[in-house]
Amino acid sequence: MTPTFLATETACASGMGGTEPLERPIDVELLDVTKVFENGVVAVDRVSLQIYRGEFFSLLGPSGCGKTTTLRMIAGFEHPSAGEVLIEGRRMGHTPPFRRNVNTVFQNYALFPHMTVFDNVAFGLRMKGIPRDEIARRVREALHLVRLSGMEERYPRQLSGGQQQRVALARALVNRPRVLLLDEPLGALDLKLRKEMQLELKHLQMTVGITFIYVTHDQEEALTMSDRIAVMNAGRVLQVGTPMEIYERPASRFVADFIGESNFLRGTVQAASPAAATVLLADRFPIEVPADRQLTVGQEVTVAVRPEKIRLVPVEAPEANGLLHGRIEEVIYIGTDTFYVVRVSDDTALRVRSQNDRNRLDGGLLLPIGTPVSLTWATDAARILTE
Amino acid sequence: MSTVDRVRVQERSLGWHERANERIRQSERLRALLLAGPGGLWLLLFFLLPTAIVFAYSFAHRGPYGAVAWAFTLENYARLFDWLYIRVFLVSVWLALLTTLICLVIGYPFAFVIARSPRRWRNALLVLVLIPFWTNFLVRTYAIMLLLRADGLINNALQWLGLIDRPLSMLFTPFAVVLGLVYGYLPFMILPIYASIEKFDFTLVEAAQDLGANAWHVFWRILLPLTLPGVLAGSILVFIPSVGAFVTPDLLGGGKVVMIANLINQQFLTVRHWPFGSAISFVLMAIVLAATMLYFRIGETRRI
Repeated sequence: MTPTFLATETACASGMGGTEPLERPIDVELLDVTKVFENGVVAVDRVSLQIYRGEFFSLLGPSGCGKTTTLRMIAGFEHPSAGEVLIEGRRMGHTPPFRRNVNTVFQNYALFPHMTVFDNVAFGLRMKGIPRDEIARRVREALHLVRLSGMEERYPRQLSGGQQQRVALARALVNRPRVLLLDEPLGALDLKLRKEMQLELKHLQMTVGITFIYVTHDQEEALTMSDRIAVMNAGRVLQVGTPMEIYERPASRFVADFIGESNFLRGTVQAASPAAATVLLADRFPIEVPADRQLTVGQEVTVAVRPEKIRLVPVEAPEANGLLHGRIEEVIYIGTDTFYVVRVSDDTALRVRSQNDRNRLDGGLLLPIGTPVSLTWATDAARILTE
Repeated sequence: MSTVDRVRVQERSLGWHERANERIRQSERLRALLLAGPGGLWLLLFFLLPTAIVFAYSFAHRGPYGAVAWAFTLENYARLFDWLYIRVFLVSVWLALLTTLICLVIGYPFAFVIARSPRRWRNALLVLVLIPFWTNFLVRTYAIMLLLRADGLINNALQWLGLIDRPLSMLFTPFAVVLGLVYGYLPFMILPIYASIEKFDFTLVEAAQDLGANAWHVFWRILLPLTLPGVLAGSILVFIPSVGAFVTPDLLGGGKVVMIANLINQQFLTVRHWPFGSAISFVLMAIVLAATMLYFRIGETRRI
C-alpha cells in the first residue's frame, strides 16, 4: 500500500518534467474506445488512456464531454461501439458489471432506501456469499473508515447528504475492488462540505491504496485531488497530465481556458527558432515566447498568459520597462487579490491578477483606473497554443 | 424594572400571540369543517345510515311474509356456520385470491414494460389498458359468455383445428368466473404497479449490479421491495371487488359457482330473508375490512 502511494507522490513532484512512471502496473486501459449511441450521438471518440495502480485519476470536462460515458464503459453499464476496455490487463468485452473487479460511487449515491446503512454496505458481500460473521466485521471496518460507526441501523433518509455520501463510499470500498469509479460524487453537496470531502476522499484513497477514477466538471476539484487528469471535450481526450502540467503547460486553447483563466492574445511570428519565437502582439509589442516546435515567420498564433503570472508596474516606476504598455481600464477588488483589466491596444485588453500583499508595489493600495502601466512576465509564463 | 415595563412583559408573556394562535386554530377548524363537510354529509346519509340499518336488520327475525320482524337474535350469524354457507365464503375468498394472484403475475411484467417504454409510447399503452372500460361491463361479460359457450368461438376453433372432438365445458365453471374477474380487474392491478415502477429510480438497479447482483437478486431484493406499495395497492383493488363480485359469478358461473354476493342477492330478492342477507353482508364487510387492515399493516412495516 505504502510504496504505491510513494510512487504517486513522486509522479506528482516530478510535475513539470512530465515523466510518467514506467514500471507501475496498469489497472485500467482504454484502447481507441468509441461510443456511439443509438441516436447517432458520438459520446466518446477514440479515447485511449492508461490508468496506473493506486493512482487518483480524474476525467475532467464540461457536461456532455463524454466523461461519464467513459466511466460507465469501465464499470460495464455501457459497452464500447469500437475499441477495448482492459481491467488488470484483461479484455472486458461485454463482461457485465457484476463480474468486474470495480465498484462505482454514483452521482446521487443510489443508496437502497429500504435498507439500513448496515444492509446497504453489506449488500455486495452478501451477493458474493461471504460468511455472516466476516460480513459483520468488514462492514464495521468500512463504516469506521468513513467515520460512520454507530450509524448501522439508520436508514439513508435519516442521514445528511455528507453522511449518505460516506455510506456510498463504504458500500463500494467494502468489496475491496481493484478500481473505484466515482461519478461526480460531491456534486450534490454544498461548497464547504465539498471542500472537506475533497480532502477526506484524497486521504481515504491514500489509506486504502485503491485506484480511483474520478469524474468531475469542477477543475478546482480535479486539481486538488488528482495525481493525473485527463481533460475531455466533445468526446475526446485533449490532454493527460499531472495537475501542474495541465495548469502550467496547457496543450490547447480549450484546456487553457477550461482550467483556470487565461489571456489569449493573437499575434504574428516575427522570428523563430526551434525552441522559441518572437511574436508581435497587438501589432506593437514584440515578445519572446518559448515554442515546442519550429514556427514559420508570418504565421498567426495565439499566445496564452495566465492573469496571475503578469506583473503590473506603474509607468513612472524606475523599473517600468515592461513587455507591454497600457492603461488600467477596470479594477476589481476580491479580497485576497485585485483584478486589473489593462487595455494595451484598441482591440486587446489583458486581465491581471495581483495578490494584495503589502510587499508588492501594486498591492496594498489599489492603482486607480486610467493609470498608465507596463506589464511583464517571465518568458516561460507565456505559451503558444494551437487552436 | 418599572411598573409599566412589568405590565408590558406580562402582557407579552400570556399575551397577544397566544390569542392570535387561538384565533388561527379556530379559523383552521372552520376551514376543515367547510372542506370536509359536504363529503362527510354524503357519507353520513348514504353510507353510514344505511349501514346502520342493515346492521340492525342482521339481528332481526324474518316475518311470515318476508318482512323484518324486530326481535333481537344472533340466529342469522349462527346460521352462517352451516357448511353450506362456509363453503360459499371459502369459494369466494379462494376465487378472489386466485384472481389477485393471476392479475399480479400478468400485471407486474406488463406494468414494467409500460413504465420502461419510451415516454412518448407510455400514454398510448396506458390508454390501451383502459380501453375495455369504454364498454359496459355487462356487455363485456356477455361477450365472454359467447366466447366460452359450447358452440362458442373457442370451442368451434378448437374443433375446427381438430384438437378436440367434443366441446369443452368452460362456461359455468370456476375457470370462467376467474377468467371474467381477471379480465375485469386487471387494469386495477396494472395501474398502481405502473405508478410505482415509474417512480422507481433505476440507478438503484445499476448500483445493485455494480455490487454483484444478478437479475434475480435485483428483482427480489431491490425492484420488488421498492415497488411493493404498488403491488399491495393493486392487490387490494383487485381482491376487494373480486371477493364481493356479483355480475361475473352470476353470468359466467350460471348459478353453479355461487359467491357471497350471489348468496346475498338470493336472500334479499328470492328467499326474502332480509335479516340473514344483512348478516352475510356484514361478514363480507368484515372480510374486506380485514384485507384492508392487512394492507395498511404491511404498508406500515415496509414503509420506505
